[in-house]
Amino acid sequence: MITEEDIRRLCRLARVEITAGEIADASAKLSSIVAMVDQLQAVDTKGVAPMAHPLDRAQRLRDDRVTETDRHELYQRNAPLVERDLYLVPKVIE
Amino acid sequence: MHDRTLTELAADLATKRVSAVELTKHFLARIERFDDALNCFVTVTADEALKQAKAADERRARGDATPLTGIPLAHKDIFCTAGVKTTCGSKMLDNFVAPYDATVIERFADAGAVMLGKTNMDEFAMGSSNETSYYGPVRNPWDHALVPGGSSGGSAAAVAARIATAATGTDTGGSIRQPAALSGITGIKPTYGRVSRYGMIAFASSLDQAGVLTQTAADAALLLEAIAGVDERDSTSLDEPVPRYSKTIDEPWEGVTIGVPENFFDTGLDADVASTIHAALKEYEKLGAKLKNLKLDYIHLSVPAYYVVAPAEASSNLSRFDGVRFGHRADDAIANDLTTFYMRNRGEGFGAEVKRRILTGTYVLSAGYFDAYYLQAQKVRKLISDDFARAFREVDLVAGPTSPSPAFGIGHKTSDPIEMYLNDIYTIGANLAGLPAMSLPCGFVRGLPVGLQLIAPPLAEGPLLKAAHHYQRGTDWHRRVPETYA
Repeated sequence: MITEEDIRRLCRLARVEITAGEIADASAKLSSIVAMVDQLQAVDTKGVAPMAHPLDRAQRLRDDRVTETDRHELYQRNAPLVERDLYLVPKVIE
Repeated sequence: MHDRTLTELAADLATKRVSAVELTKHFLARIERFDDALNCFVTVTADEALKQAKAADERRARGDATPLTGIPLAHKDIFCTAGVKTTCGSKMLDNFVAPYDATVIERFADAGAVMLGKTNMDEFAMGSSNETSYYGPVRNPWDHALVPGGSSGGSAAAVAARIATAATGTDTGGSIRQPAALSGITGIKPTYGRVSRYGMIAFASSLDQAGVLTQTAADAALLLEAIAGVDERDSTSLDEPVPRYSKTIDEPWEGVTIGVPENFFDTGLDADVASTIHAALKEYEKLGAKLKNLKLDYIHLSVPAYYVVAPAEASSNLSRFDGVRFGHRADDAIANDLTTFYMRNRGEGFGAEVKRRILTGTYVLSAGYFDAYYLQAQKVRKLISDDFARAFREVDLVAGPTSPSPAFGIGHKTSDPIEMYLNDIYTIGANLAGLPAMSLPCGFVRGLPVGLQLIAPPLAEGPLLKAAHHYQRGTDWHRRVPETYA
């Protein structure tokens, strides 16, 4: 059971706002999802190693060299608010 | 010419029966005529497509064309396309113009293929009906009141209505195969890592894989050999040689054993779909395949395992969308403190289903729950994968239905997430185990197409495509087109 209080806590953790009117619905639907995935609890997995990669491969590493160039002008075209090449966000230091 | 397969059109281009410009104009005109009703495209790149087509004709005149030079394709709006809006079906990215091309896009461009536009999809690929898109639902060409499946719904409907020769898609839990089945076309999800994920907006990184939606297996073979292969920009892409699938599909097909899991024919399966699948399996017997019944002991747990692993990975992947460097920013967000700023941007930018998955992922990863949910799901995932590995010691392919029912009505399953999630009950296993799998048209139920699913061992795309190709040489289900679009 995921309570409305749980939903408010999860929203804050996940940095997602939902409206007051959506909370009851989110609580009901998340509860049904969690009840569905709870089937997993009954499975005996003693001695089973959790699967980290579908084909059991290790991550390939590349040489440690610089390959990226400065393209901030291009990237900042998508930015909501930029001033003197800097991304603007709310004031974080008083 | 729209009823011709990609393979046939490639031959037409090679023999100069048609030019790339003519072909592109033909498909752009069909998009113009039909897409208001279907809603397959988020963006149509008509001017750019004509430029690419002209360049393709010039390249062919110079004598250095590939089979795909001049072939018009549609791309799922999950692939970044330089200079072209890339939305992933979300308000969050409604204003996002990708600064670079995904590897899939780049490889098709290198081959000289033409991009018609970007196709509609469930928001961030989270959905099985295309109803979670910010741009509205896509309509099924067989019946406009029905969904085309999802999340690659725009791609599937575009190919089914023959307003694109073929389209790209991605498949995290069935998002290529299920819409292919519901729309009456062919779709392949390759082995995990077979195709680079670079520039493909991430949903669940250990499951996501790019593939194609086409009229035929032969078309899929031509496309897959152009995009598969290692990419140094995706460290999970597999460094394995890429066979010439378009050649290997024609090799003799014999001595093949197809495993039929009894669990794929459970009570949740539509009875008419079940008999259609059994008829398709009979057809395979006529082609010389041996059928063998088998049981997958843990496959019934694939939906619950998936709905822990996928939301967990999604909640992490989607944390990048914060409205700082790109993406949606709420009007007054900058006036707030930093936490409220993030919450407002994300609250407005994401739709209900995406929020639900993020919250589910946050829940299963939160302190005290990680072992019980995420770790346990990864262990069950291993059991499901071992099931398949055991089966493939005895059989060459596993076959069954792609989806439990034919296409359903728009709005019919939106109120109950669990009911929607169960649409992927037969497809999710291949994602959890990283296996290549296809859906191919195998008949009709109540006037709607049904898909047969084939699943193969890792990297066995060649044998998989060959099995589908041999079936399609003896049947014509894949050539059926809804009347309006014939």
